[in-house]
Amino acid sequence: MSTPSSSANAPSRELLEKIFRTAYKIRVFETEGIKLYRQGLIRGYFHPYLGQEGIATGVCAALREGDFIASTHRGHGHCIAWGADVNRMVAELLQKESGYCKGFGGSMHIADIKAGNLGANGIVGAGTPLGVGAALANQIKGSDAVTVTFTTDGASNNGTFLESLNLAAIWNLAFVLVIENNQYAVSTKIEESTRETDLYKRGIAIGVPSFQVDGNDPIAVHDITREAVEMCRRGEGPVLIEARTFRHMGHHVNDPGKYMPEDKLAYYKARDPVDRARAAFMDMGGADKAEIEKIEAEIAAEFESAVEFSTASSEVSIEDFREFAVGY
Amino acid sequence: MAFRELMYREALREAIDEEMARSPEVFIIGEGIAERGGSYKVTEGLLAKYGPKRVRDTPIAEAGMIGVGVGAAIAGARPIVEILYVDFAMLGMDMIVNQAAKFRLMTGGEGRVPFVLRTQGGAGGGVAAQHSQSLEALFYHIPGLRVVMPSSPADAKGLLKYALRQSDPVMFLEHKHLYMTKGLVPDGEHIVEFGKADIKRPGKDVTLIAWSNMVPTALAAAEELAAQGIEAEVLDPRTLVPLDKAMILASVSKTKRAVIVQEANRRGGVASDICSIIQEELFYDLDAPIEIVAGLDIPIPFNLTLEKASVPQKSDVVAAARRALHQDPLGLAAQ
Repeated sequence: MSTPSSSANAPSRELLEKIFRTAYKIRVFETEGIKLYRQGLIRGYFHPYLGQEGIATGVCAALREGDFIASTHRGHGHCIAWGADVNRMVAELLQKESGYCKGFGGSMHIADIKAGNLGANGIVGAGTPLGVGAALANQIKGSDAVTVTFTTDGASNNGTFLESLNLAAIWNLAFVLVIENNQYAVSTKIEESTRETDLYKRGIAIGVPSFQVDGNDPIAVHDITREAVEMCRRGEGPVLIEARTFRHMGHHVNDPGKYMPEDKLAYYKARDPVDRARAAFMDMGGADKAEIEKIEAEIAAEFESAVEFSTASSEVSIEDFREFAVGY
Repeated sequence: MAFRELMYREALREAIDEEMARSPEVFIIGEGIAERGGSYKVTEGLLAKYGPKRVRDTPIAEAGMIGVGVGAAIAGARPIVEILYVDFAMLGMDMIVNQAAKFRLMTGGEGRVPFVLRTQGGAGGGVAAQHSQSLEALFYHIPGLRVVMPSSPADAKGLLKYALRQSDPVMFLEHKHLYMTKGLVPDGEHIVEFGKADIKRPGKDVTLIAWSNMVPTALAAAEELAAQGIEAEVLDPRTLVPLDKAMILASVSKTKRAVIVQEANRRGGVASDICSIIQEELFYDLDAPIEIVAGLDIPIPFNLTLEKASVPQKSDVVAAARRALHQDPLGLAAQ
């Protein structure tokens, strides 16, 4: 199977609104976050999800409370789509105690275990075995929760990709592996990383039902994920989804991405996932310009207030850190 | 207290069995551990008792299975991942070092990883360089891991039960030569907390600090030293992380002489670190330089004579203890 079957029902207004809000919120978070980075307020690494918003948005809209996700180094979008508190996300990026990880983790490690977010990960590909592990734990517990790992085209050439997806397959785990194929492993283009660039075929090779979808179409991503999740809940997992997309910039904030061809970038920008989410909400959901503007203003205000919240927060004290370190 | 005599492997099996019965979150995966009962028969009978959901064979995919175990632990289960040889754990080092060990800190203390990796190491029997290593120093070096090296059946059982009740990633390092050794194990609930060393033989003249398969070697050396009128104390830390510094320092304060015995090669080893801890705290109390008896800095050869020459023997420990007592400073007795 290489194409998703079309959605049986037209998406509801509620779903279309949720998808637009999420995609736009990620766009604002990344755009404004980059400004904070340029001002020197965010340190370390920052891998923007700009251009890929359709994937996290569509996937997470098809999941429910009690499910699990595992993310990548480019993880802000997954957290937001999972419903993370923007205050705590910004606070983490600003190294504050009120952040998701008290400022111990930073951009590449935001996690919320209680909410089922196993976290972003600084090691490319590591989320796949961790996600399969969560799916195994759920199977042993007798839970029907589904675990989704977001991974990347770069990670699909790593050994754990095969090892862990194969374990999920032999154990029929409720696990969905979403390959965000943005066609670059840092700066190496996919054609130089693999002979077969249709990555969904790797799932087929080991007996895993596998789909390919336009990752810049959040509604299509949602529909195929919903199908995958239903298969998993019926015991027909795991499922692999390859979502094709393209970054809007380099690997991280300080990478100008000059190796990315301009015509290709223009092609994907003309199919911008946030624009498509907005258009879908207007065309299919009947939202008018005023409603869109109101939502956009709300989200911008939410980010601004998160920056205020974070700026006012304190850092973990050296004394508390020393106490934390005891017994390590 | 009543005791039974058990083999090391039987004691390990009892620990897994009791904890699986006690807690539905405990499960075990590994190569050949289900149907076959494990290469060392540690998991024999568990498949029949707990079923294929909780006792699973895996493909030969160490990085994948270790990572899956770590993920299951993060998600609230209590996995045991059995890796046939500690040498093979090297295939999963990212999952151990970058994932399991770091997760708690990276999540600000929120995320815990109650993950137990059981494996075995050590030389002996001619299984050559890729099946004979003692790699505890690699794990000892990494903040966030617990490193456990039981030397007796009772410790093996008690420490494994404790490992399955605490919340940090544990490298549970067994020794291939200990599986068939026998010892008394207390009846009933027997748990050994981490960070508590054990005096395997009391003595007043010199402290022999040893773990895993070097404990029997140290005990045999102590026996020989006793015949020479030297009362050696044999101290087994049992867990290297956390390390029972207090008991080590108390023993060496008493004897004023320490010999640290490790099977692993010398360079960058745990013995060197224990040595630094002792000299830092007790420098002015020591009556002799601290001795380290360790393996040669070389991969373990296949040839049995050379293999034996690569790891510490009883005679090396005896000679080191005598040097510490200034009884044979030139080591002539060992030649």
